[in-house]
Amino acid sequence: MNSLKKMLGFVWMILAPIIICFLVYEAYIKIGAAKPTEKANVILQWIIILFIFTPISFGFFLFGKYAANNEYDQLPTSSEELTN
Amino acid sequence: MNDNWKTIAMNSEKKQSSIAFVIGASSVGTLIEWYDFYIFGMLATILSKQFFPAEAGTAALLSTLAIFAAGFIVRPFGALVFGRLGDLIGRKHTFLLTLVIMGGSTFAIGLVPGFKTIGWAAPIIVLVLRLLQGLALGGEYGGAATYVAEHAPAGQRGFWTSWIQTTATLGLFLALGVIILIRSNQGVENFSAEWGGWRYPFWISILLVGVSVLIRMRMSESPMFTKLKSEGKTSANPLKESFGNKANFKMVLLALFGAVMGQGVVWYTGQFYAQSFIETVCKIDFIQSRNIMLVAILMATPCFVLFGWLSDKLGRKWIMLLGMFLAICTYRPIYKEFIAITSAKNRTQIVDARLTNVGPKIPLIDAKDKHKLYVRQVIDTVYTDGSVFKYTITDTLIGFNELGVDRPINLINPTLIKYKAIKPNVVIEKTMGKSATWDIIWLVFIQIVYVTMVYGPVAAFLVEMFPTKIRYTSMSLPYHIGNGVFGGLVPFLGTLIVEFTKTTEKPAGDVLAGLWYPIGVATISLIIGIVYLSNKMDKNVMD
Repeated sequence: MNSLKKMLGFVWMILAPIIICFLVYEAYIKIGAAKPTEKANVILQWIIILFIFTPISFGFFLFGKYAANNEYDQLPTSSEELTN
Repeated sequence: MNDNWKTIAMNSEKKQSSIAFVIGASSVGTLIEWYDFYIFGMLATILSKQFFPAEAGTAALLSTLAIFAAGFIVRPFGALVFGRLGDLIGRKHTFLLTLVIMGGSTFAIGLVPGFKTIGWAAPIIVLVLRLLQGLALGGEYGGAATYVAEHAPAGQRGFWTSWIQTTATLGLFLALGVIILIRSNQGVENFSAEWGGWRYPFWISILLVGVSVLIRMRMSESPMFTKLKSEGKTSANPLKESFGNKANFKMVLLALFGAVMGQGVVWYTGQFYAQSFIETVCKIDFIQSRNIMLVAILMATPCFVLFGWLSDKLGRKWIMLLGMFLAICTYRPIYKEFIAITSAKNRTQIVDARLTNVGPKIPLIDAKDKHKLYVRQVIDTVYTDGSVFKYTITDTLIGFNELGVDRPINLINPTLIKYKAIKPNVVIEKTMGKSATWDIIWLVFIQIVYVTMVYGPVAAFLVEMFPTKIRYTSMSLPYHIGNGVFGGLVPFLGTLIVEFTKTTEKPAGDVLAGLWYPIGVATISLIIGIVYLSNKMDKNVMD
């Protein structure tokens, strides 16, 4: 199971930037295709989405990195392990 | 000996009634907060007409901010602000504060005059109030879940916190019920007027919040937080200890990606996407689509408590993951069935002719463009199962003279004008018969049962994951990112995916394609949950 956790960790690390690239690409396409009257609104929607998804994707990348480093092999069993 | 047993029995009874009070007081407040948050979304069409008119240009931007920012940015931000406060000053006062902010801003939205009366001030005030609602919601849930869990006896935490979990669904039920009741009594026009019935659900909120504040004032602080405080062990900087401490931050990430992200999309698909789909794709009429949701919600709500209780026996992990797994496997067949049930192909008309009740053709000249004449006709098609499909066909005719030049339409002497018709616009509104309605209710019910599986145990799961001193902060952020962001984006990204599938041969696209977003997110969450999460329950949440 630990090797599976590690292997999947690399998958999450790769997936995180792909998600952001996909969203940036979509934003570019949708903003480009928007009617002039709706353009500002579409830009705003996508700015909000990218603003919120960039840190989440970074978090997903970190999650993958921790998993790839075998840091989820043993989950904490007491709160002391989390606060120290 | 007898006296001893009596004392034990009395103590146990007292304990039960005290926890029942804790649950009742916490749940009522949380339910009201959800109610407040939902009514804005449910009345979005009327609110945008009153406060964010499209012709006002920039007002549409404010509308986007109100809808998007409140859910996606302000909710997680509220989780940080109030989570920190709850870990610093205590659970009770923090979630009392969120309740007052939520109730106050909801009531105030109902008092703001429309764009017509006060111009730009209207959308700006409503935007600020909506952001305050999002902020308050971000702080409420974590506080209520933590508070209840910290009162619950070990081994029953899933059962007791599941009552808090029912509130999000019951809040939706309450909001739907109140809106339908007022709209049915007032009629569509009176309901949608500037000072019409749509304001009542906002005003009602102040009464509900007033009662809830009075109840919450009588509550005492969480025993675990009180103990920590008396020992001087509360956190000095909850944000730093939650997210700056790698060991805890790793668990925040695991909670988000391994459970709450999948739970959020299952929740929003079952309760919001389903309603939107049966209304906009299957074309079931406004009142009936909401009634379907009301019945399905009512039937499925006890399952929150059932799965919460079951999670105390079997562990949280597998119940939540089973809910996600079932959702992933059955979403497409369920939505396919929605289309089949509501299709005209699968039913028999009462008469052979397609037109069973043809209304008169009513000519209407476009007020803005005198060259256009609308001819509207309503046709009811009645089927043997009691379903009625109402087709409103609007033909637009454009007047032109012998030279082919457009000219104003003259109804007094129509023979002078020739008309060229453009493609008619057909609006379908379906009222389903009894058996078809029940088929749809069962399909929505199944989806809400999935919601209860993923959502029922999640509060206990999150509470047990984090230490008391930073619990409020640590559990609130992943919860609101999972639900507010991943869940809240289900309608937007679902629509976006359907857009990809539109071609010139198939202009409507694949209406089921929108489901790939919740299916995809839930699949990633399911894999992470299976591989990384532990099913072990933390019996001691005192530490």
